[in-house]
Amino acid sequence: MSAEGFDLKGDNSISRPPSRGEILADRAFRGIAYASGGLVVAMLAYILWEIGGQAAPAIARDGLGFLTRAVWNPQEHDFGILAEIWGTLYSSILALLIAGFFGVAVAIFLTQDFLDARLARVFRTVIEMLAAIPSVVFGLWGIYVVIPAIRPVANWLHEFLGFIPLFSTPMAGPGMAPAVIVLAIMVLPTVAAISQDAFQLIPYKVKEAAYGMGTTRWEAIQKVMLPTASSGIAASLVLGFGRALGETMALAMLIGNSGQISLSLFSPANTLASLLASQFPEAGALEVEQLMYAALALLGIALVVNIIGTLIMAMSSKQTVS
Amino acid sequence: MVSLNTVAPAAASPRPGLSETGVAIDARVEKIYYGDFLAVRDSHVAVEKGQITGFIGPSGCGKSTVLRSLNRMNDLIPSFRLMGSVTFLGQDIYAKSVDPVVVRRHIGMVFQQPNPFSMSIYENVAFGLRLNRFKGDYDEKVETALRKAGLWNEVKDKLRQNGLALSGGQQQRLCIARAIATNPTVLLMDEPCSALDPIATRIIEELMLELKQEYSVAIVTHNMQQAMRVADKTAFFSVDISKGGRTGFLVEQGDTRQIFHDPREKLTKDYISGEFS
Repeated sequence: MSAEGFDLKGDNSISRPPSRGEILADRAFRGIAYASGGLVVAMLAYILWEIGGQAAPAIARDGLGFLTRAVWNPQEHDFGILAEIWGTLYSSILALLIAGFFGVAVAIFLTQDFLDARLARVFRTVIEMLAAIPSVVFGLWGIYVVIPAIRPVANWLHEFLGFIPLFSTPMAGPGMAPAVIVLAIMVLPTVAAISQDAFQLIPYKVKEAAYGMGTTRWEAIQKVMLPTASSGIAASLVLGFGRALGETMALAMLIGNSGQISLSLFSPANTLASLLASQFPEAGALEVEQLMYAALALLGIALVVNIIGTLIMAMSSKQTVS
Repeated sequence: MVSLNTVAPAAASPRPGLSETGVAIDARVEKIYYGDFLAVRDSHVAVEKGQITGFIGPSGCGKSTVLRSLNRMNDLIPSFRLMGSVTFLGQDIYAKSVDPVVVRRHIGMVFQQPNPFSMSIYENVAFGLRLNRFKGDYDEKVETALRKAGLWNEVKDKLRQNGLALSGGQQQRLCIARAIATNPTVLLMDEPCSALDPIATRIIEELMLELKQEYSVAIVTHNMQQAMRVADKTAFFSVDISKGGRTGFLVEQGDTRQIFHDPREKLTKDYISGEFS
């Protein structure tokens, strides 16, 4: 806007209108901001378009049947990814149960005055460093440490409690259990960090109100802090779930890559991401189309989860304590 | 007699001696430290039964610190140390055997910033009842508390709404309802109107005058007119910056009329007449 029509003659103020350059900088900045935002949307649309396009022949061939059948037989050109969808959701949900419990516990431990502030920061950094460990390292650790460590326990459980569906098969090697344990550790930093933020966002006056009513520390946490942070915790779980869904390398190394649908924790299984990673290198043209369809399914699941997460966070910010 | 060594029997607790006059809380504060910082010295204040006691004075004079020592809220600050004694109906609340949690269940508090919990209006008021494992008619207790807090008519049709959706003045009355739902013996109010507009302030002041029929009330205010309007007794604090620190101390306590019209101390007189330096 220019100063025209707003020229106060005889005004001694040092106020002046923004210069030509400042106005240009303002416009340029706005342009860049819009462009960057638009670029992200365009990229997502392009990826969907490209993968969708490559998957189109497979979609035309198999329709929704691809999603509801559990078979992967390149020789017979017979494909269906129900087992991988099951494995993806089952492993992610189990990992999230573990990571959710420990992540929220860690967040409470680090934010509710159990530690002095400096020590809490050190702890927080250590937990965030978990997120920096490469997936393949987690995979190796799973193979050489986790699997041998849990195999005796797993087989004991199978022997004595085998009637429970969770323990219904013996554990030979890679399978759901080691995959879930490692996945939980990989998701933990996400859940812990975002839950911590949720607790730290609670104003001090809320804590005062709780103690002023005569709560013990545990009552304050359980009856006031947890409910107040609940929407942030929910968001942390959704984001953690999103991470778990897409995790590839460690799972490809640990889950056994076998398209089985079983409730048993010790049975090998497969996930969409590890199916893609393990099948792509040797895939023929036809199989690539099927894999693109599988990728589209994974993308769809991840998008739905993220949209739910965004909605939860939008709801939570509406309720934030002023 | 209320025993502080056991968990309070919640709302069913008797109203100890409100018919008689006398002292509900007798605080003989010799020194209050935060770490090495001497925040308050030599302040002997009493909260009288069935009356409103106002704490006034310039900022930094320790009036809030003293108020928060009366129900051990200051224990939340790790470096807090109190020398002296605070007796509540004859018992020293800083005695080793006393759990601060129990003290706070008998001595309710309303804070400067309205701080309802992020839950429904009903659950905010029922919070203390649930906390004390009250067995009885929750609906009735919640309604009574909201009526006493002068909020019932405004919220009776939306008890399930989040308490944070109310206006600031309504939130503060909700906090008062929450504090009185369990019938605490004493109600401490730490500048309860300073975040409110004049109309909401007037409503809360009228409320205080009603509340003193049943509760002993202590209120910190930076507003001298407010103290004049509501307080029966007034304690005037000042701040001593002579030794390079900022140490609050009690100058005098007495009937509000006497403090404002015939103060014994020159410090009080200067402050009241606006000549405070």
